[in-house]
Amino acid sequence: MLRTTAAVVAGKAARVASRLRGGGSALPGLVAERIDPGFLAHALADVPDGIVVVTGTNGKTTTTKMLVAVLRAHGRTVFSNPTGSNFTRGVISSMLGELPLRGRLDADLAVLELDEAHALKFAAAVRPTHALLLNVARDQLDRFAEIDHTAQLLASLAEQTTTGVVLNLDDSFVSRIRDRVADGVTVRYFGVDKSIADRLPELQEQDVRFEDDFVPPVAGPQDGLLKPSDERTFEVVFGSDTAGSDTSGSDTAGSNTEGNGTVGPLELQQRGLAAMINATAATATARMLLGDAFDPAAAAEALRAVTPPFGRGEVVMVDGQPLELVLVKNPAGFTVALGTYGSTPVATMIAINDNYADGRDVSWLYDVSFESLRARGVTITSGVRGYDMALRLQYDDVAVAAVETDLDAALDSFLAQHPQEPKRIFCTYTAMMALRRTLAARYDLPDIGEEAS
Amino acid sequence: MSTASQPHGIPDVSIPGEPEGSARVPDADRAGKGVIHVVHLYPREMSIYGDLGNTRTLAARIRRHGYSPVVHQHHPGGEFPETAHLIVGGGGQDSGQVRVEADLEQIGDRLHALADAGTPMLMICGMYQLLGNAFITVDGKRLPGLGILDVTTQGNAKRMIGPVVLTTEFGDVVGYENHSGSTTLGAGQAPFGTVRSGFGNNGTDGTEGARTGNVFGSYLHGPILPANPVFADALIGLAAEHATGRPFEPEPQDDAIADEARTRQVRRLVRR
Repeated sequence: MLRTTAAVVAGKAARVASRLRGGGSALPGLVAERIDPGFLAHALADVPDGIVVVTGTNGKTTTTKMLVAVLRAHGRTVFSNPTGSNFTRGVISSMLGELPLRGRLDADLAVLELDEAHALKFAAAVRPTHALLLNVARDQLDRFAEIDHTAQLLASLAEQTTTGVVLNLDDSFVSRIRDRVADGVTVRYFGVDKSIADRLPELQEQDVRFEDDFVPPVAGPQDGLLKPSDERTFEVVFGSDTAGSDTSGSDTAGSNTEGNGTVGPLELQQRGLAAMINATAATATARMLLGDAFDPAAAAEALRAVTPPFGRGEVVMVDGQPLELVLVKNPAGFTVALGTYGSTPVATMIAINDNYADGRDVSWLYDVSFESLRARGVTITSGVRGYDMALRLQYDDVAVAAVETDLDAALDSFLAQHPQEPKRIFCTYTAMMALRRTLAARYDLPDIGEEAS
Repeated sequence: MSTASQPHGIPDVSIPGEPEGSARVPDADRAGKGVIHVVHLYPREMSIYGDLGNTRTLAARIRRHGYSPVVHQHHPGGEFPETAHLIVGGGGQDSGQVRVEADLEQIGDRLHALADAGTPMLMICGMYQLLGNAFITVDGKRLPGLGILDVTTQGNAKRMIGPVVLTTEFGDVVGYENHSGSTTLGAGQAPFGTVRSGFGNNGTDGTEGARTGNVFGSYLHGPILPANPVFADALIGLAAEHATGRPFEPEPQDDAIADEARTRQVRRLVRR
C-alpha cells in the first residue's frame, strides 16, 4: 500500500499548504487522487456500519450536520465532510486530516454530503450502503440543464445503493424513485404531517407531469413526519398519528405514538420550516441506521444543539450586533430563506456572483418574489451581478439604496450604515466565501470546516 | 396574480411581482392610454429559466408608459384569449415541450393569423424552436413545428451554455443561452442579432435568433427583457399600436440600472 501512503502524505502536505493560504478545500483531494486513483474505496474499506450519502438540491449541508450529530449522540464515531465541499475531491480533502498513513479511515459510519452529479461519481468508486434523497429543484441549470436530469441522477444513485434508501414523501420527483431501488433494499420516507401540507408549495418545485398515474406513497410506521406546534417547536412522529379514524376521541400529539419513538417536542437553533424538514429527514435516516438502538431523547437533544452550518443562517457578532449570512443558490432556496426571515425585516444586503459554483445564469432571480423586502428596502446590492440584482428588485418595487459591485466595499458601507441593529446578507456561494474571509479576518468566526463544537 | 381556473383545472402560475388581478380587464376610466392584452404561453411547462421575468417586465413597463396591461396565461387545453396584442413564450424541459405540443397544434392557426396581422411575439429557447419548421431529434426523428419562423433545429448531445452578447437593431443585447438544439436559418430568414460573444443559433455562423415581421425568436434567457429595455419597449410599442390603432405614446423611463447591468456584461464578455 505504498502508493496509498504516498497519496496520504502528499495530500496532507497539500492540505497544510492550502490551509495556510486560506485557499480551496478540493486541491489536497486532487493531489491524493492523482497519486492513488483507488484512494476513496481504500479509505472507506474498513467503515463497518454504513456509508451514507446525503444528496438533493436543497438542505444537504444542514441535514448532513444534523444526521451526524444524532449518530454521534448515540456513541457512534462518524466521518463526515463538513466543509460543504461536496465533490469527491472535497470529500478526500476532508478525510486527509483524520486519515492514518495506511490510508484507512477509522470510523463506525461515514456520512457524506455530495452534489447530485458527484454522488454518482462517488458511487462508481464506492457503493453507498444508504442514501438520503432530499428534494429536486431548479438549481444551477447551466450545469444540470433540467430538473428531470437531476431527478434521474438521484434515481441512479438509489439504484446503486445496497441496503437502505430514505426518500422525500412529498416531493414526487423523489418519492417516485421508490420504484427504482434494487430488490431487498429497504425504503423509508420522511415528510410533513397533513396539518402543514398546505405549506409545501412554498418549499418545492412544481412537478408538471400531473397527467401521469403516479400514486404517491403513504407514510408507514417507520417513516418520520414533521409535526410543528408553532413557528419554532415541532415533533417528528413515526407513521401518521392522525391516520385513519380517531378512535380514542383524543388527538393530542403523540397520544398513540408514545411507543413509536416520537422525537421532541424540540426547537432548533436554525429558523424556518426548511430546517425542520431537514431535521425530520435526518431523524428518519438515523432511525433506519440505528435500528433498535435509536433513542428519541438522545436524538432530540442532539438536534437542539446543532448550530447552523456556515452561511446557512450562521450568525457573526459584529460590534455587539448579529450579522446573519444566508446562502442562496436557487429559487426554492431563496424563497424559503425570504419566508424564514420575512416576518422580521432587518437591514439587508444581497450579494450575487455568477462564477461556476454560484451558477453562471442569474435568470433564476426572476423566479423568486422579493415583495417581502418591500417594507424595509435593501441597503445595498453587491457582487459581480450587483446591478442585475438591483434591476430585479426594481421590478418588484423594492427600494435599493446603493449598488457596489466590490464585496468588501459593500460590506464596509453596509456595516457602517447600520451599526446599532441586526443585519442580514443574502449571498451566493462564492460571494459568501469571500465575505466570510473578510469577516473572519476581523471578527471571531470559526474557520470553514472547523466549526467550534 | 389571478388564479382563474381553466376549464380543465390548470391554475395560473404566480408571476413574481405581478399584482393581484392583473388578468382582469380594467374599467374604461382606468385604462390610461389603452388596454394591452399580453398572453404568456404555457407558463407552467415552458418558463424554466426565469422567462416569467419577461412577462413581468412587459406588464410593469406597459404601466410605466401609461397603458393598462391584461396578463393572460394560456395553458395546454385552455381557451386561447379572444384578444391578444403581445405574445410571449419561454424555455422548458423536454418533458414540458412534449406536454405542450398537442395544444400548440390546436392554436397554431390562430398564432399564424396573429403573426400575419403583425402581432408582436417574443419566443425564447424551446418556444423559439417550436415556432420553427421542425426539430430533428438526436436519433433522426422529425418533430414538425408551426413554421412561423423559417428555421430548423437539429438536436445534438452537446449543450451550448453561457453568457451572450449580441448586436441587434435594438443595440447591444445581453442574455444567457442554455440549449442543446442547433438552429439553422432558412435562406432569406433574418436573424434577431449577430453574436459578439457566445454560441448563438449554432455556434458556427454568428447568427442568433430569428425575426420575421414582428415575430422574434431567440435563445436568450437572463431573462432577456429586463436588461434590454430598448427591445422591451419596441415590443410594447408594436403592441400599443395594435391595441389602440394610434402610434405608441411612450413616457420617459429611467433605465440607468438596466443600462449599467447590460454595459458591464458587454465589457466583461467582449474582447476588443
